[in-house]
Amino acid sequence: MSDQLTMEAIARLVPTGARVLDLGCGDGSLLAYLRTQRACTGYGIEIADDNLLACVHKGVNVIQANLDEGLAMFDDASFDVVLQIDTLQHLRNAEIMLRETARVGRIGIVAFPNFGHWPNRLSVLRGRMPVTRRLPYQWYDTPNIRVGTYADFAVLAQRNGLRIQDSFGLQDGATVRWLPNLRASTAVFRFSR
Amino acid sequence: MHFAEPLRLRSGASIRAYDLCYETYGTLNPDRSNAVLVLHALNASHHLAGVYAGQDKSDGWWDTMIGPGKPVDTNRFFVIGVNNLGSCFGSTGPMHTNPETGLTYGASFPVVTVEDWVAAQARLLDELGITTLAAVMGGSLGGMQALSWALQYPERVRHAVVIASAPNLTAENIAFNEVARRAIVTDPDFNGGDFYARDGRPETKPKRGLRIARMIGHITYLSDDVMNEKFGRELRNTLLDEAGNKSPGEYQYTTQDVEFQIESYLRYQGDKFAEYFDANTYLLITRALDYFDPARDFGGSLSAALARASARFLLVSFTTDWRFSPRRSRELVKALLDNRRDVSYAEIDAPHGHDAFLLDDPRYMHLVRAYFGQISAEFAR
Repeated sequence: MSDQLTMEAIARLVPTGARVLDLGCGDGSLLAYLRTQRACTGYGIEIADDNLLACVHKGVNVIQANLDEGLAMFDDASFDVVLQIDTLQHLRNAEIMLRETARVGRIGIVAFPNFGHWPNRLSVLRGRMPVTRRLPYQWYDTPNIRVGTYADFAVLAQRNGLRIQDSFGLQDGATVRWLPNLRASTAVFRFSR
Repeated sequence: MHFAEPLRLRSGASIRAYDLCYETYGTLNPDRSNAVLVLHALNASHHLAGVYAGQDKSDGWWDTMIGPGKPVDTNRFFVIGVNNLGSCFGSTGPMHTNPETGLTYGASFPVVTVEDWVAAQARLLDELGITTLAAVMGGSLGGMQALSWALQYPERVRHAVVIASAPNLTAENIAFNEVARRAIVTDPDFNGGDFYARDGRPETKPKRGLRIARMIGHITYLSDDVMNEKFGRELRNTLLDEAGNKSPGEYQYTTQDVEFQIESYLRYQGDKFAEYFDANTYLLITRALDYFDPARDFGGSLSAALARASARFLLVSFTTDWRFSPRRSRELVKALLDNRRDVSYAEIDAPHGHDAFLLDDPRYMHLVRAYFGQISAEFAR
């Protein structure tokens, strides 16, 4: 989900000058964008060597760590914003990390592929797991160990006592506020404790 | 370079006058903004990179890392290597004459700390006309010096590259040092540190102690996996058939002769080390390691200790390094995060234990290259 419009849509949720922690920051593009466009500072967390290298090339602060081991390194509310952009679906401890995100950040922003998007539903109705631009993997070799919907996340957030400040879908870079669970391939939530 | 001004040490003692040996690589740019100071660990020197003309096997100790076109590119950076006080590669050390007494220092060479070394290095930079370092860099004990630079002279350090290092030594680490020191001190040839030739008496180098010290060190610098892969249970008298195939020889049933290849390797390393290293230097440098603990003056709080640092940091550790484990580097990362400092941290999944920091792992090399690329972009602007 590296296309420019999507990145800009997420960046708009981040206050100017915020101190940001980006969990699973990939090649550091979003952090670099937030730094130049919104005067943000902060760090990325990454596990993959090649992504780490890409971050260092961009001059983005990056810390190599496995998110499945938690965020013990970070104090409560030590960041203005904690991002989990396309990270949740790779985490074994997704619920714990959601709570950790809310603990460490004053604001949490989570974005992930919405399994409730209508082409996915159609595919499952036909009896097959979807293979789409947003979920391009076959069921047997996908790195996504979690599939959930926009509606599922809302339930999980509520169950953990999180206050959803804003939520919407993203489709081809455009914001989807009407029936996002059906009409958007990406779900976005902004929340706080 | 000679320094006539006395250097007051952390212990309260001082060194009245001293020499520091150093080497430089590359060219200092007109605004003097591209200087990189590289610090050595236990057994290395100011000779970081390249070879001396006409001398075989004289490669600098960090030749994989530093040189023209290397990750720390001497075509862009002015790199300085300096031999520390108390060492045995040219700078003033225990084998030299104490100007106060006219006698060889020997064991009376004052105890030097990481902070003292850094203070001496800072004076060298003053003499070289370098106010600010683009980066200070080191591995292991060298990493401790790089960290200490960022704390003692925060305004003089733009970047600190701290590799396979730690905020202090653990009890286990001090224990290894102590075993090595006892091996040296209890060697009868050590003679209380007064083993240099004088008054017609020949030198009696405590080689037995140095060998054992080095053998212990070597074990701790490697990982179990690498040692098994390299040596396993292979016997020294492995048989080779005509096709060059190895087959295990017979046990010799000896308690004192070399039976296994690992023994042969350790003895060889020990012998080599005992030839060129100084026993008093070994004691001094391991003690400097033991004493280093910047959090100590801050009630044990590393975060409080690192509040002074303003440099940007790159930290690197290696997963199989159990002498300076990733956990120790993560403590440093945490303390820097607590202070909201710029820091990047890589945990390289390499099999080679502590030694990995001197080896040519591509992920490690690419990372350092990328980081120094960013630094040079700063002064190119």
